[in-house]
Amino acid sequence: MSETEPTSTSKAFVATMRRDLLIAFKRKNDLLNPFMFFFIVATLFPIGISPEPERLGEIAAGVLWISALLASMLAMDNLYRADYEDGSLEQLLLSSHPLYFMVLAKNISHWLVSGLPVVLISPLLAYMLNLPSESYFTLFITLLIGTPILSLLGSIGVALTVGLGSRGLILAVITLPMSIPVLIAGTIAVQQTLNGASLAGYLALMGAMLLAALTLAPLASAAALRISVN
Amino acid sequence: MSSNAELQHSHQPLLSARGLFCERDDRVLFENLNFQLQAGQVMQVRGSNGSGKTTLMRILCGLNDSYDGEIFWQGEPVQQQIAEYRASLLYIGHRVGVNKVLTPMENLRWSCSLQTQASDQAILQALAEVELMGFEESACYTLSAGQQQRVSLARLLLSPAALWVLDEPFTTLDAHGVSNLEELLESHANAGGSALVTTHHILNVADLQVLSLG
Repeated sequence: MSETEPTSTSKAFVATMRRDLLIAFKRKNDLLNPFMFFFIVATLFPIGISPEPERLGEIAAGVLWISALLASMLAMDNLYRADYEDGSLEQLLLSSHPLYFMVLAKNISHWLVSGLPVVLISPLLAYMLNLPSESYFTLFITLLIGTPILSLLGSIGVALTVGLGSRGLILAVITLPMSIPVLIAGTIAVQQTLNGASLAGYLALMGAMLLAALTLAPLASAAALRISVN
Repeated sequence: MSSNAELQHSHQPLLSARGLFCERDDRVLFENLNFQLQAGQVMQVRGSNGSGKTTLMRILCGLNDSYDGEIFWQGEPVQQQIAEYRASLLYIGHRVGVNKVLTPMENLRWSCSLQTQASDQAILQALAEVELMGFEESACYTLSAGQQQRVSLARLLLSPAALWVLDEPFTTLDAHGVSNLEELLESHANAGGSALVTTHHILNVADLQVLSLG
């Protein structure tokens, strides 16, 4: 025992984020996997469907959004697993700080290393898939708002399944239905702005989704983690 | 720590349980289990393999809620003061909570941040006391199981928690590590703290309480 001050929740939040980022950078494979997956899936479409610029341009938005969704799901699995296996998750659950903030910290750092690189590379792939150049910005901004929602939703599924020995497809079964509205909003936004519609309405819709996910999803993840560790 | 000294003078047991009942897969692990742990006491939980020692520890920490009965912290039900209870609790389980990619230093920085402010200086000192000096910047996967256990035990030196809940803390320690931990338990008890320890090892600690399961 020593004479010490208890930490504030904000310090614990920052420390948890810093720890997760540090782990991510020490495990470069995990860091690169979703990014490479996104890149590979998106480059396979021209080969599999047609290299004609017109046809590619029509499907580009959907291809990029679906690839981003799959990459996000691929990345989710290691969000809590290592912590579950080495006991760090128990320590997190036993901290006196609200679990909401601890889960949020883990979600944010996870998105920074798995979601953000996908968003950043998306204009390059959009160019490769011949997406009309006036849609680059819409695609970029919808992915920027949409991928954190996918991460936050995926976190619930991972939290529910982290205690199961063999997860298989169950994570996809839980997460995909929740992700579909985001996919629809994102791809429609790109299509519609191409037809001259205003972007503001779609951004407001996705922004609302993001806010709802930020406030509610970590609560659900926290409850799911307590059940999984039980 | 001043609050621990106060605890010692109050007559309320630090931790007590009344009528604990737990079953798993239709097999009763324990029923009508009662105990009181006063401030300044170390209690060893004994029992054969599978008698529910780990389950009991996890129930007492609040990690497992599939039980009947009541648990009190300083005379009040734990559910009513869960944040205070967690702040006064330090749990080290079978899985010691040490990330293998990080160094002992980085691990302790994080696990301390969940509970208390610890300077790097204090962490280095704690690592020296558990004889991990020189390993503070090695990734934990390069350390042996016993050394990883020591990383988690360094938290005992850094934490202000009054109640230690240690599940099999001796399994991977060498003889010297065992006696160090026993000394640590004694000094914690002398400072007014309490500890619950499961082990098959014969604990060499003064004024040891024993709780037998199964």
